[in-house]
Amino acid sequence: MMEINRKITPEIKLIDSLNIHHPEIINLDNGIPVYSFDLATQDIVKIEFLFDAGSRHEEKILAASFANRMIKEGTKSFTSDEIADKIDYYGAHLEIQSDKDNSVVTFYSLNKHIDKTLPVLAEVIRQPIFPEKELNTLKLNRKQNFLVNNEKVRYVARRKFNEMIFGKGHPYGKLFVPENFDQIQKEDVELFYKQHYTAKNCKIIVAGKIPKDLTTKLNSYFGDFDGSKPASQIIPEIKSDFANQQHFIEKPGAVQSAIRIGKITVNKSHPDFQKLRILNTVLGGYFGSRLMTNIREDKGYSYGIGSAFVSLKESGYFFIASEVGSSVTKDAIKEVYHEINVLQNDLIPDDELQLVKNYMTGTILRNIDGAFQLSDNFKSLIEYGLDLNYINSLFKTINQITSAELRDLAQQYLAQDSLFELAVGGK
Amino acid sequence: MINFEKFVLDNGLRVIVHKDESTPIVAVNILYNVGARDEDPDKTGFAHLFEHLMFGGSVNIPKYDTPLENAGGENNAFTNNDITNYYLTIPKQNLELAFWLESDRMLNLAFSEKSLEVQRNVVIEEFNQSYLNQPYGDVWLLLRPLSYKIHPYQWSTIGKDISHIENARMEDVKSFYKKYYNPDNAILVVAGDVEMSEVKQLAEKWFGPIAKGPEVKRNLPIEPKQTEARSQKVEREVPFDSIYKSYHMCSRYDDMYHTSDLISDVLSNGDSSRLYSKLVKEKNLFSEIHAYITGDLDAGAFIFSGNLVDGVSMEDANQALETEVQKLIDEVVSVDELNKVKNKIESTLEFSEMNVLNKAMNLAYSELLGDANLINLEIENYSKVSQKGIQSVAKEIFRKENCSTLYYYAK
Repeated sequence: MMEINRKITPEIKLIDSLNIHHPEIINLDNGIPVYSFDLATQDIVKIEFLFDAGSRHEEKILAASFANRMIKEGTKSFTSDEIADKIDYYGAHLEIQSDKDNSVVTFYSLNKHIDKTLPVLAEVIRQPIFPEKELNTLKLNRKQNFLVNNEKVRYVARRKFNEMIFGKGHPYGKLFVPENFDQIQKEDVELFYKQHYTAKNCKIIVAGKIPKDLTTKLNSYFGDFDGSKPASQIIPEIKSDFANQQHFIEKPGAVQSAIRIGKITVNKSHPDFQKLRILNTVLGGYFGSRLMTNIREDKGYSYGIGSAFVSLKESGYFFIASEVGSSVTKDAIKEVYHEINVLQNDLIPDDELQLVKNYMTGTILRNIDGAFQLSDNFKSLIEYGLDLNYINSLFKTINQITSAELRDLAQQYLAQDSLFELAVGGK
Repeated sequence: MINFEKFVLDNGLRVIVHKDESTPIVAVNILYNVGARDEDPDKTGFAHLFEHLMFGGSVNIPKYDTPLENAGGENNAFTNNDITNYYLTIPKQNLELAFWLESDRMLNLAFSEKSLEVQRNVVIEEFNQSYLNQPYGDVWLLLRPLSYKIHPYQWSTIGKDISHIENARMEDVKSFYKKYYNPDNAILVVAGDVEMSEVKQLAEKWFGPIAKGPEVKRNLPIEPKQTEARSQKVEREVPFDSIYKSYHMCSRYDDMYHTSDLISDVLSNGDSSRLYSKLVKEKNLFSEIHAYITGDLDAGAFIFSGNLVDGVSMEDANQALETEVQKLIDEVVSVDELNKVKNKIESTLEFSEMNVLNKAMNLAYSELLGDANLINLEIENYSKVSQKGIQSVAKEIFRKENCSTLYYYAK
């Protein structure tokens, strides 16, 4: 056999183009747009309902997430148990989630059972009745769940940090407290549902091996679903009410501290956002990132550290997060600032930048691989009025960006005195 | 249905190839047949520590991650009580790089002192983060030794005691590697838009020259049949009481495995499952409750874990849980209920085939079980489970004397 030289890296072939599958778009009779990604290998389908109905839209605190969680807990025709039974029986799966901007109902079904499962989905979306018994159970369990989570330094840090950067008065900064779970009433949930789960406030994304007549079926179940668009919301100016940008919350006896460092920045609609994602990858966005290399792989302070630019509909923020040994918290924070400083002062070496470009391109390829991935990506763009061309443009931005641009962005966006710093844990 | 082809290199490396033309991404999975159960009782946590060291550079490649990231790839790994599994995905045109990387770390590692020292610290922080600094984080560290007295499943993959990691020496690490990280103790799966001939050629080229390892004879002690119920009470700084139960059950290889798995689904898979609908929704005794099987290769465990609703007594909660368990022994499950859990399994398997990495992992694990094709027989194996079978396996598992209970009280 031929001797091989294992010191030589096999040639790396770059990704020179993307093959992005765009969705087919049709409108139901009532105007609900349906975006279809028909390209799966398995006989399954995912149907996703997006409502502009996140926590920022609620007047009564927790109304958005309770409305979301309660829609499957009883409808005009079916009890909570019957819904659960029918969905489970056909091997379907119903996922619900709500965040600051949106509420999402995701439904997975085998195609062969779609005629059995769709009617249940239609009831859930259109006819929930929010029974008291189920609501009380949910209140009880969510409150307990919250109290357990609130013992975790990471969870406390995530909440507090949010409040620090957005300010208590802002829809993105407000926090619920345990009593809010007792205060939420059926009427609050019902009202939120009525105002926000409407046809005009709804988009549908379908992905999988889509049966030919699915759109006709969707139209018959959801095409006469009514309701107007809720009054548009006035978003107040972001105004942090923290006098001090550094904050420490002690949790006696904790062997680790959760740290969060960051600030308000921009969202996907801003021309710098894609470039900031590249900057972020270098700093803390992948396993080989500078923060990971320094704080985990060189110092062993932490099991992991990462950073991200998060896009919200009406804002955006940047954060770095880690859990580090309590005794090395200060050292770890110092190293974080050091890494930011280096990004602001020195050009990223060519080989490192090339690596990040290649890595990010590979990530894009993974993110558009298959119907479910594509639809997830699309979901994250559509509320900004963007479509999958955004991915092409990201690909271009990655290929074109220079280290000088990234250094300037680090200076512009990550000035140390603009950053909030929070640690929760042991002293 | 996952189609595949298989070949074996002269050094014993098993290679499985699955072709999926729908994706530009290739998944490469290497399963090493070594887990925490293979550790010396005085040196626990080694299999997992070792997983970390596998990223610390190999004999010809100073850093594993760098070239992979440069080729647009991504990777990770996990260790459990039975296996250590490494996986990556990479754009298909860079497949050879994956062979280069994985073969070099099978050939030999760099074993730098610095890497050992840092990864020791990282694992200690992982231990702190996951087991100490979390409410209920130490449950497994308590429940395992309560349930297993002799078999190495008595310790978690993180280790019995973190001092074992703190004291890990280079020579221990090296001998662990020599013993287990060999081609004849591994299974390689490549899944994606690849040609069999190409994979064959790459496997021969990069893995072919690696020497066979010593024969690994696994001679683990068998956990004796538990003859009386065990329990332990602890008090911790947590907001609410919780309860955990572990019953001994069969191994993953056993004929009764699929039945046991469906029993856990009847109890706890989905909103319509018995424990959730009765104990969480109807009676408000638990805020959360789960039942599942560990699926271990040696005789495993059937686990219950539940968080009590504030104000509910441990006795009442325990009683209600045992009543649900007893029902499985006293009454036959209905045809509908059995069909429901079978349908759910079918659906889960169908959805898992959407992704090449999942398929690669499933093939590797099935091959370890004896035949990669087992993954394709799963639906049939589950469909054979009968109402009577559920009842008789439940009777066998849920014997009072077969149970270890951990009562976890809030201070």
